Amino acid sequence: MSAAKTFKRPDGRKVDEMRKMEAKVGIVPNADGSAMFSFGDTIAIAAVYGPRKMHPQHSQNPEKGTLRCTYSMLSFSVSDRIKPGPSRRSTEISKITEWALEPILMIHKYPNMVIDVHINILQANASTRCAGINAAALALAHAGIPMREMVSSVSIGKLDKQLVVDVNKDEEDWEEGEGATDIPITMTPNGMVTHLQLDGKITSKELKEAIELARKATKEIYEVQKKALKESLNEQMGED
Amino acid sequence: MTKSETHADRKIVIPGEVIFKGEDYLPGEGTEKRGDEIVAIRYGLAEESNGLVKVISLSGVYQPRRGNVVIGKVENLTFYGWVIDIDSPEGAFLPLQEVPGFVPKDGLAEIMDIGDMVAAKIIGIGGRGIDLTIKLRGLGKIEDGLIIKINSNKVPRVIGKEGSMINLIKEESGCNVTVGQNGLIWIKGNKIEDELLVKKAIMFITEKSFTSGLTEEVKEWFEKEKKLK
Amino acid sequence: METPRLTAERIKEYLAQGKRFDGRKPEDFREISIEGNVSNKAEGSARVRLGKTEVIVGIKMGVAEPYPDSPNKGNLMVTAELLPLSSPRYESGPPRFPAVELGRLVDRAIRESKFIDFEKLCIKEGEKVWSVFIDIYSINDDGNLVDAAGIAAVAALKWTKMPKYDEKEGKVVYDEPTDKKIPLAKDIPICITAHKIDGTIIVDPTLEEEDVSEAKITIGATPEGVISSMQKGSPVELSIEDIHEILETTEKVRKKVFSSIKEYLE
Repeated sequence: MSAAKTFKRPDGRKVDEMRKMEAKVGIVPNADGSAMFSFGDTIAIAAVYGPRKMHPQHSQNPEKGTLRCTYSMLSFSVSDRIKPGPSRRSTEISKITEWALEPILMIHKYPNMVIDVHINILQANASTRCAGINAAALALAHAGIPMREMVSSVSIGKLDKQLVVDVNKDEEDWEEGEGATDIPITMTPNGMVTHLQLDGKITSKELKEAIELARKATKEIYEVQKKALKESLNEQMGED
Repeated sequence: MTKSETHADRKIVIPGEVIFKGEDYLPGEGTEKRGDEIVAIRYGLAEESNGLVKVISLSGVYQPRRGNVVIGKVENLTFYGWVIDIDSPEGAFLPLQEVPGFVPKDGLAEIMDIGDMVAAKIIGIGGRGIDLTIKLRGLGKIEDGLIIKINSNKVPRVIGKEGSMINLIKEESGCNVTVGQNGLIWIKGNKIEDELLVKKAIMFITEKSFTSGLTEEVKEWFEKEKKLK
Repeated sequence: METPRLTAERIKEYLAQGKRFDGRKPEDFREISIEGNVSNKAEGSARVRLGKTEVIVGIKMGVAEPYPDSPNKGNLMVTAELLPLSSPRYESGPPRFPAVELGRLVDRAIRESKFIDFEKLCIKEGEKVWSVFIDIYSINDDGNLVDAAGIAAVAALKWTKMPKYDEKEGKVVYDEPTDKKIPLAKDIPICITAHKIDGTIIVDPTLEEEDVSEAKITIGATPEGVISSMQKGSPVELSIEDIHEILETTEKVRKKVFSSIKEYLE
């Protein structure tokens, strides 16, 4: 326990401290739903179009609606410019995002239709897929899509032997001791896991602790998301 | 419910949020019963009346209902009628039988062709899609006028309680206005200025808050606008 | 839904009287807002809003070999992406013509005006020069992305700080920006696109008006009137009178636009 207290994170945060989060909905007027979500200076925006007719027809699913996610980083969101266009990484993250969101979407009501979710990263300081999933969940709710629950996503890290919450780039690149282990997780407020990945080196016991930390962190994130959604309507309703 | 979350007796809810707990409540639209809890499955305003709890969406695409008057664009002609785009995820169809008068087999295009706008009523929503009719007064092909689009969730505000708002708009502008529940609105006046005044008024209403007394505010707005001319 | 034909008729009728749906005159621009430094890993960046239209432009710099025909000049590459996020009309996939056109129009305005002093971007003649990447992204398309992107590109360049170049390692050190600004000319190139709708020339169309536009010309020029780039888009013809009118109108509009944005660009 005291090791945790004295552990120095590069930006001075406590081991279970998250970066400052910001969230806002309705940022893209053309979209059916849209939102922005940030962890510190990692900023993601998402827009939802749909439900709408799916083309080409042969891709349609007559039993339920289709969720289609695209994740893409703006070329200047990182230090070394990313050439525009899809990469293997962005293709994988697009799919992972679909898997993180689909369990809570009630899209059996929309056979032959598609819900398109587009995520773009404006500025990257690690945890981009998590910020993207948080923005996407907000945008889906904002679009009035029926959802069982919200989902919230965070990156838990292990720096050498120390577990930390909300990994930034310096921590992603941690080299001392056992190096960095990065664990992005997405959960519902009830603790159901819709997405889980891991890169690094960790024991089962440590992983269980990491999941506990994620549970707490995602609850915090959920409050930020809830506030953004409620504030938006409050504004429209002229409440203080 | 805390004060910041309520407006009169309505509460802003997000998906997964518990609205009410207790066996006395029934799950209406936008909600689901889980155990003895009524849970929101949509983002919007939760309303309860006589034990029935529902969530009114304030954003997102149009949700068609039987009886809705809608305005759409003819997309295609088939042997049996017209395929109409009403800006809803499901397709809409106007069958030959739902057009007043006799339609000769090759005469569809003469009545309405691709690209024409039409005001219609939804008579059914089934597996195949939405069925329309134009067999009522005030419905049919739109020959002339201005068509604007607003978010379908704002339509109730534009119509007002028992039509109070839309009637005010019609009186003040001297225009005919048909409001489609799907958010498309047809405005027809004698002068373009009058039509644009209606457009401006509608934009004003959709940007305004839910405050009661909006009708009064709009009345004053019209007076100001007319003085400016 | 594409703009209905009836609305298109109305737009034209109203324009014939010199009026537009939102109360603007044919030569009026919507309200412009510029925000700088919207992405902190970019060497420079800007977000521009024209009414509801929004674009973000970021500048990245790198070191590369010069092109063989300009051994002492830096390189410029301008790319645009019409993000599917910004409109129900855009799909993900390789850039289609409108995105290519957007990139090339802004490229031409910046390159031909010699706004960037490419010779000052030479590190070692024939071997190493700075490359400037201007990347344009649409965030919400309500018409006239080109002019918005042009303003954003210039604003982003104005705020661009050169990164540090480690000569020994031959690498750019991105996380250590210098205080040195990218070398720019004094005169700012501004893109104004003029559209002809049923005989009336307008600027800064909304999406509805763009749908109804018949012919368009994008002109890149300085507020003093030195034209460095021009491109007519669309397959409809223009008369010489039309072109004269467009030149006069865009000159007036450019001066107005420049005066409303110049304080942002200091």
